[in-house]
Amino acid sequence: MLKTFPKGGVHPPENKLTSTKTIKRLPAPKVVYVPISQHIGIPAEIIVDRKDKVEIGQVIARSGGFVSSNIHAPVAGTVTKLDMIIDTSGYKKQCIVIRTDAKNESNFEEIDFPLKKEITLQPEEIVQRISDFGIVGLGGATFPSHVKLNIKEDRKLDCLIINGVECEPYLTADHRLMLEKTKEILVGIQILMHALRVDRAIIGIENNKKDAIEAFKTLSVQEPRIQVAALKVKYPQGGEKQLVRALLNREVPKNGLPLDVGVVVHNVGTVYAIYQAIQHNRPLMERVVTVTGKKLEKPSNFWVKIGTPIKDLVEEVGGIPEGTRKIVSGGPMMGKALKSTDVPVTKGTSGILVISEDEASRGEPKNCIRCGECVSVCPMGLEPHLLMNLSEKNMFEKAAQEDIMTCIECGSCSYVCPSHRPLLDYIRFGKNITKELQSKKV
Amino acid sequence: MSDQPIIVSASPHVHSDRTSQKLMYDVVIALIPAFLVSLYVFGINAMIATAAAVISCLLFEYLIQKYLMKTEVTIGDGSALITGILLAFNLPAGIPIWMIVMGSLVAIGVAKLSFGGLGFNIFNPALVGRVFLLISFPVQMTLWPTAVENNTTVVDAVTGATTLGLIKEGVQFGETMTEISAQLPSNMDMLLGITGGSLGEMSALALILGGLFLIIRKVITWHIPVTLLVTMAVLTGIFWWIDPEHYASPLIHLLSGGAILGAFFMATDLVTSPVTKKGMVVFAIGIGILTVVIRLFGSYPEGISFAILIMNAFVPLINTYFKPRRFGSKIKAKIV
Repeated sequence: MLKTFPKGGVHPPENKLTSTKTIKRLPAPKVVYVPISQHIGIPAEIIVDRKDKVEIGQVIARSGGFVSSNIHAPVAGTVTKLDMIIDTSGYKKQCIVIRTDAKNESNFEEIDFPLKKEITLQPEEIVQRISDFGIVGLGGATFPSHVKLNIKEDRKLDCLIINGVECEPYLTADHRLMLEKTKEILVGIQILMHALRVDRAIIGIENNKKDAIEAFKTLSVQEPRIQVAALKVKYPQGGEKQLVRALLNREVPKNGLPLDVGVVVHNVGTVYAIYQAIQHNRPLMERVVTVTGKKLEKPSNFWVKIGTPIKDLVEEVGGIPEGTRKIVSGGPMMGKALKSTDVPVTKGTSGILVISEDEASRGEPKNCIRCGECVSVCPMGLEPHLLMNLSEKNMFEKAAQEDIMTCIECGSCSYVCPSHRPLLDYIRFGKNITKELQSKKV
Repeated sequence: MSDQPIIVSASPHVHSDRTSQKLMYDVVIALIPAFLVSLYVFGINAMIATAAAVISCLLFEYLIQKYLMKTEVTIGDGSALITGILLAFNLPAGIPIWMIVMGSLVAIGVAKLSFGGLGFNIFNPALVGRVFLLISFPVQMTLWPTAVENNTTVVDAVTGATTLGLIKEGVQFGETMTEISAQLPSNMDMLLGITGGSLGEMSALALILGGLFLIIRKVITWHIPVTLLVTMAVLTGIFWWIDPEHYASPLIHLLSGGAILGAFFMATDLVTSPVTKKGMVVFAIGIGILTVVIRLFGSYPEGISFAILIMNAFVPLINTYFKPRRFGSKIKAKIV
């Protein structure tokens, strides 16, 4: 029996169109747009000015606090503007615009370094480097990675979990990375185990990526401290709490963190970025992005410089097809719909999904028929129909009592609702107001 | 890019292909085997009664929504269609058409639309219609035409009693089960549907077939029908085991009356049943107990309609007290 989380979950069509497409390197764009808030937490502070020349990998915005992250220049070039642009969140954010220096060779060099296995840094140095090099969770949440590695003396920790689940339909960025950089990721896991001082790591991979599971199993034979676990294909298997429950049968307490049950979870993409930072001194300047959609000419996976406008990626796969009605940053279940393709790729951009007319519009919402489907698919054991009604009627206190804040926004409820009710929209609204009310109280 | 504007909406951006309309039409499909049996048993009468109920339910919904409530007309969603079919299935075959029309008006107008329409009704509309008729016209509602030889003719009042009616009468006259059972149809006849009773409750087999279809299509889960039937079997079994001369066997109880129709099609009505699995089990146990109590000790031979309606009233309470277990509400494992 394959492992999975016990309650809830849905099975949207997988549509992994790009799982066999090797990751191609996209040439450095002429201009990059680097937002200073690409992570959860305090935005970074800009430390360059207009007309400054920057080298590749130079810090251009410095971490604004503990839960924050440095931002590095993804290309060598000249800062042309400090501007406000709309990013994937849909809001205008401050952003550093850099014109790429076409003559600077560092912008175009091959960076496929030979594998370096030996770990020379001390745990503290590793954590410091991860913080300095701007590494954040690349699974989509963009939580600064060093925060998860700064563990107080009194906290018990016995297992590192590597999230290679990639349960979002369409996306294959992690899958391809696991296939193409298996050895590097294994070294990255050892680096993290060293930094966290744990003796056990488990890589969790959904069973629709059998080749990746095989690759890790074959290579991890010499390293008995690292286990590879195949997981049942079920969304949201990649949710942190669901993954910990599936692999270790431990339940992260309500409003708690995996650390409360002795676990730290990192995404495979993050692990590869950490490997690059520790072994090859590369700050986080690029990432893998899946550009996909049923109507696209040639959906592909790319290595993309942070700050590359999404329209460059779409051009590369044959342009926006006729009849496109929605462009999503991320996967179809949790991704954000974009207003235009001028938005740049940031640290959290795992994919670009182009959706055509027939799938883009939502069904007309009808009356709730109390079928209870939302309740049975909710992986957090909530009652989405109730939370929606409470939010709609501004009964936020009651919604908080019904644990609205524990919703992970996976979207399973809205996905199954036969009456097409906007359950998650109202729950998000309710969560936001509840958060405001709670912060006022404190 | 096309001329049409880009849609910006919050996630999720995909939807499963389930719609409430599809769920409703699955229920209609699941009722077809039972309908065919009733056509075979009652001939054209079954067709007339079902058509009358369906047409009047749809018509009342249309008229009330359009001219009284002045809201969007939703007769296409399939719910009024199901109410019509289920109402007809709960009536005896020879009942006058004007009574069917009245029952439909109560079902749609009173039980459904006055509560706010689909999704807001507390009580199962078809059952409200049936119980209204049963209380208002007790004589006509308990005239059970028996199987006719010529399936195309309209039956007159060639009536006989139902299995449960025979048992109730017999027990009241002090007969023993051995004497009563001589008049009862065989278990096989009850399974196949060659017996007296309401239009749709004839053949347990046809109803179970439809019920299984609904479970396979994930319109309903096994929780309500199985719990309900098991509760009934256990309770009637206890009485039968204590005194088989006064109480009928569990098999007779399950195969007769509206037990199977109620378990698979009436109690499982999405709107009027609880939303959690735990709640469904509690709900079904309640129906089972009430049904058996009414059958064995009440004045009506059959009690499942009342039992379901009574438990319908408890659904909001059940939903409040039987919630799903919240993830992380108790820590399961200790750190090694």
